Amino acid sequence: MLTKRFFSKFFLYLVLTIAAFLSIFPFYWMFVMATNHNSVINKVPPAMVPGPELVTNFRNVLDTIDFFGAMGNSLIVATVTTLGVLFLCSIAGFAFAKLEFKGKNILFVAILVTMMVPPQLGLIPQYIIITKLHWLNQLKAIIVPGLIDAFGIFWMRQYISSNVSDELVDAAKIDGCSIFRVYWNIAVPIIIPAFATLAIIKFMYVWNDFLWPLVVLREQFSHTIQVALRGLIDNYVRDNGMILSGTFWATVPLIIVFLLLNKLFIQSLSEGAVKS
Amino acid sequence: MEHSNSITEEKPKKRLRFSEKRKEAIAGYTYIAPFFILFLIFGLFPMIFSFYLGFQRWNGLGEMEFIGIQNFKWILTDRIFWTSLYNTIIMWVLGTMPQLVIGIVLAYALNSTLIKLKGFFRVSVFMPYVTSTVAVAIVFGVMFNSQDFGLMNNILSLFGFDSVSWETSNWGVKIAISTMVFWRWIGYNTIIYLAGLQGIPNELYEAAEIDGATVWQKIFYVSLPMLRPIVIFLVFTTTIGALQLFTEPLIFLGRGAREEGITVVLYLYREAFNNQAFGPASATAIVLFIIIILLSTINVAIANRVGR
Repeated sequence: MLTKRFFSKFFLYLVLTIAAFLSIFPFYWMFVMATNHNSVINKVPPAMVPGPELVTNFRNVLDTIDFFGAMGNSLIVATVTTLGVLFLCSIAGFAFAKLEFKGKNILFVAILVTMMVPPQLGLIPQYIIITKLHWLNQLKAIIVPGLIDAFGIFWMRQYISSNVSDELVDAAKIDGCSIFRVYWNIAVPIIIPAFATLAIIKFMYVWNDFLWPLVVLREQFSHTIQVALRGLIDNYVRDNGMILSGTFWATVPLIIVFLLLNKLFIQSLSEGAVKS
Repeated sequence: MEHSNSITEEKPKKRLRFSEKRKEAIAGYTYIAPFFILFLIFGLFPMIFSFYLGFQRWNGLGEMEFIGIQNFKWILTDRIFWTSLYNTIIMWVLGTMPQLVIGIVLAYALNSTLIKLKGFFRVSVFMPYVTSTVAVAIVFGVMFNSQDFGLMNNILSLFGFDSVSWETSNWGVKIAISTMVFWRWIGYNTIIYLAGLQGIPNELYEAAEIDGATVWQKIFYVSLPMLRPIVIFLVFTTTIGALQLFTEPLIFLGRGAREEGITVVLYLYREAFNNQAFGPASATAIVLFIIIILLSTINVAIANRVGR
């Protein structure tokens, strides 16, 4: 009995250790490449320990792409879109959960249906609209369409329905609160956890998005970091040290935020998925 | 609700209630309006307009010309379209199916009472999911270098295998891209399964234990049936995700978008933005939409059948 327990314990640890190693190794390896000269990288066997070229490689990145400009663009786009979505989705979710008006069920179902449609279906007309508006190479081409978030409304409605009681809303109305005050002073403080979840999901999505920014952000000054990273590999001479240096430093900020808030991240991203 | 005995009392009350109701309805419409206005312009209209564009000849600049089902004929007789569909399906199977199985194993291990350091293991396995797809594709692209010094070829040579030309061979490309997809998503699937496992009441296991069930019997007769809704959800989402595969092949294959790894969305992108062929690109989007609807319906049908 004891040995059987020992073996299953050993087996479980083995499985998890291999999984953890395979998950972490590419990050370590990316750092190793980011600190080595291309000639060390391109030899057999390849380098497995960090080298001395950390600064040189990153300087080469700065010569190839506008790294900090692109990081700044990504930060602006992700932050503004996230804040906008939090406001629009919470107030619309509040309306769907707590206000009575004609046609609200049909409108809500319409939102749910759009969650099922693959985003590529509208890609080309969306591009045409952005061109007609003269929004090409402008960050609002990402931000404004990004404000449409069917999942966000769904998520907020569910959360407000089950956490903001009707008695509380009615009491506030009798006390003479305007409907907006009911949303702002009563509902918003209660739904802070729902904000956190939606913020993490949305920020990560916008930060990592690639196809849409690639289509509408053509000029280098407007690139987000994901589009800019592609510029690193688009050369005839591939300097892997430089390429992985850019990739490494573009990856680090989000990983640090994740490690600091890992419980919240994991809970948000899995909760958001399971409940929908 | 509305009736009252005294008419004199009723009148002012009713008017008040009416205006309250009206106010509430106006507020309701106002609060959902910003979303719906944006949705009409950037969401619904583009979707519908795609169906219109699918029947036009247009290069993005000149006049549109109605050409019936020519675009559909054109893509359905284009060998590369069929290659892209074939590739998408192969990489869906290679990248997605193993996740669904290995994810359960990892979740089971993470849920075991025998294991300490759970927090560490959970964070490590989940970390790839936080990384951007572009970064993952670049890193794995360097690992899957076709030369002898590429990391994967080095590892193969340790075991006495010859180097594989990952970037150009038919299966090499698909395996490399599937590996990227697998690596980035396995942690996500594991965490979702884990949430499902944690939701299974302990009494079920205890009851099984009293009946003398072995570990494997507990997995097959308690855990897996209870995870059914989660499995359906993951099959559903990973299938839709896999059909939209784009970033990994674009980064890995570069501008040329070699045929070995071209996917349906990459084909669409190439027709629209490299060849300015908006008609065939829209037709591709419509075909992809229909495929996704079909697969979703099949998925729901199977789920209902198994779920009796």
